[in-house]
Amino acid sequence: MLSWQRTAFHFQPDKNWMNDPNGPVYYKEWYHFFYQYNPNDAVWGDIVWGHAVSRDMIHWLYLPIAMVPDQWYDANGVWTGSATILSDGQLVMLYTGSTNESVQVQNLAYPADPSDPLLLNWTKYDKNPVLSPPPGIHYRDFRDPTTAMLTSEGKWRISIGSKINKTGIALIYDTEDFKNFELKNGWLRAVQGTGMWECVDFYPVSSINDVGLDTSAYGDGVKHVVKVSLDDDRNDYYAIGSYDEKLASFLPDDVKNDVGIGLRYDYGNFYASKTFFDPSKQRRILWGWITEYDSECVDRTKSWASLQGIPRTVRLDRKTWSNLIQWPVEEVNSLRLRSSEFKDLKAKPGSVVPLQVETATQLDIVAEFEVDKEALETTLPESDTDYICESSGGASGRGALGPFGLLVLADAGLSEFTPLYFYVSKGLNGSLRTTFCSDQSRSSVATNVNKKVLGSVVPVFGGEKLSLRVLVDHSIVESFAQGGRTCVTSRVYPTRAIYGAAKLFVFNNATDATVTASIKVWQMNSAFIRPYHPETDT
Amino acid sequence: MTNLKTTTTLFFFLFLIVMTSLPSITLCDEKLIESTCRQTPNFNLCVQSLKSFPGSATADVRGLGLIMVKVMQSKANDAINKIRELQRSAPSPALTSCASKYNAIVVGDIPEANEAFSKGMPKFAENGANDAANEATFCENGFNGRSPLTQQNNAMRDVAAITAAIARQLL
Repeated sequence: MLSWQRTAFHFQPDKNWMNDPNGPVYYKEWYHFFYQYNPNDAVWGDIVWGHAVSRDMIHWLYLPIAMVPDQWYDANGVWTGSATILSDGQLVMLYTGSTNESVQVQNLAYPADPSDPLLLNWTKYDKNPVLSPPPGIHYRDFRDPTTAMLTSEGKWRISIGSKINKTGIALIYDTEDFKNFELKNGWLRAVQGTGMWECVDFYPVSSINDVGLDTSAYGDGVKHVVKVSLDDDRNDYYAIGSYDEKLASFLPDDVKNDVGIGLRYDYGNFYASKTFFDPSKQRRILWGWITEYDSECVDRTKSWASLQGIPRTVRLDRKTWSNLIQWPVEEVNSLRLRSSEFKDLKAKPGSVVPLQVETATQLDIVAEFEVDKEALETTLPESDTDYICESSGGASGRGALGPFGLLVLADAGLSEFTPLYFYVSKGLNGSLRTTFCSDQSRSSVATNVNKKVLGSVVPVFGGEKLSLRVLVDHSIVESFAQGGRTCVTSRVYPTRAIYGAAKLFVFNNATDATVTASIKVWQMNSAFIRPYHPETDT
Repeated sequence: MTNLKTTTTLFFFLFLIVMTSLPSITLCDEKLIESTCRQTPNFNLCVQSLKSFPGSATADVRGLGLIMVKVMQSKANDAINKIRELQRSAPSPALTSCASKYNAIVVGDIPEANEAFSKGMPKFAENGANDAANEATFCENGFNGRSPLTQQNNAMRDVAAITAAIARQLL
């Protein structure tokens, strides 16, 4: 049922519920991906570790379930965890178990056969748990251990999120064997009012080039990122700053954008995200869980719920120095089939222009927009109230210099459409401010779906054109504005703009400015995500 | 006589001093049910629902959440019974749609909320409870103003909202 909602090239199991990405790792020339999975239903429950492998982060092959709750220390859940590759190439996995008394503990697991590149079977350390909640930490606020980083003392260091009252914190532990841990004094970071820090991630980024860094990188040319998933608002936040290894503490570059109160990886549907270092291509890769934006009744009807985002590379933006840049892994380009190009398309104020692209449900779109210079100069400054996607009312609200952009998953009669748009406004001091929004409010005539307008301001430098990349895949739309400075993931459920009836348009709903668009659109192939076949899969 | 009067007065004043220096038991020792319910959209319904279940007096917040899930179950059953009764006398597409929504509540949302409270992932209890409230709203909206299930849908929505609020207190 509702089969038109299933995606063609995003990771999702055959059926049932999925949530957090777990233990992503590159091992013996396979990318491994594990995930929180309910084998029995399309809602959260009975959680086990699902498992899949790929040669290229795109063509995934399902493997058998990796870990189930079969010990007292994970009887109530084999929850989220992370992989660490040791200096000798050994792989260890730390994960949170919810014990038979619902106490959150950390457990050690490792491949039953390290020579098996598929890592089919896992052994749990017979003296688990290796970590129990320390004094002062509530036994249900202690979960999601990170990948370990090697300190200059030769110890492995991990972080685990928690909270004290409403202050979110990240605890730091050092270990030499992943069996005995030493709790370090003080927190890696603590921020009042943020609540529980789930899925803490802590990693280095290069400040001198665009190459990804091994998790243990430290010193000159290295900055650090602390990222958290906030239970309270179901969003992922990150802060860029400096990490002091001796003090085991992190200081954000901008305290106003501290962990949990500043920037988000994604201003739409994106949670429990986790990075890992890919040594084969020297890049840091980000996984994010994309939940459904419809009702659980529908999820059970269609027998599945949740996707993973297309994995993204993450690096420091060395133009702004204040945000990360995310971009779909280059391997997704291998799915591109036929393309259509539209150069210098002029969209006058109030226009909607169809783009002839054959089927419009599986697309990779790269677009550039230029606002008519004269309009930019002559438009009167507005008040300094910022344009906020969530309260804007969406693409139907007209301004002098916006909104303009694309209508994806639209039907010919425009009864259903999803605008992805830029809104440019001129402040009282004459400076321009650009916001990017993904508008779900008109995405479907169905009433039981999320109709919010999502998005955020985008940093734009003078001289830069406005750029947008979009991956459309049936019921997910991932937008990357300004080369990945601002990302917004949406879930939409059209009932008419499906299969061959889905269309693509450019639109300009500004009142004053003409917009010139140059757009290239590729049809995207399916990734044929399916079970692993030993005879044919290498 | 004077001695007795003095002694009595002394005792009286001592009594007063002691009584006014004791903490006010009713204000500062408010039971967990009351303080939990204060942080839900419907205090009275919350207190009444919880107190009608044995074990609520000694439950912790998570236990109160589990009890509210039982209350949700009972309201869902009420709705389902009413739907079945109506399907015999006045079947309609809206009614059929409601039947499937309440089925989803009973088979999906409630077990999810139950497991989430039990195993310590209150976020999914909040999801399940919020979803149940939504399903009741969708059911009600399906009748375009002439719903024969208003009482049951409102009851479902109200207890689900309380359950979600309790889950939020555990985040």
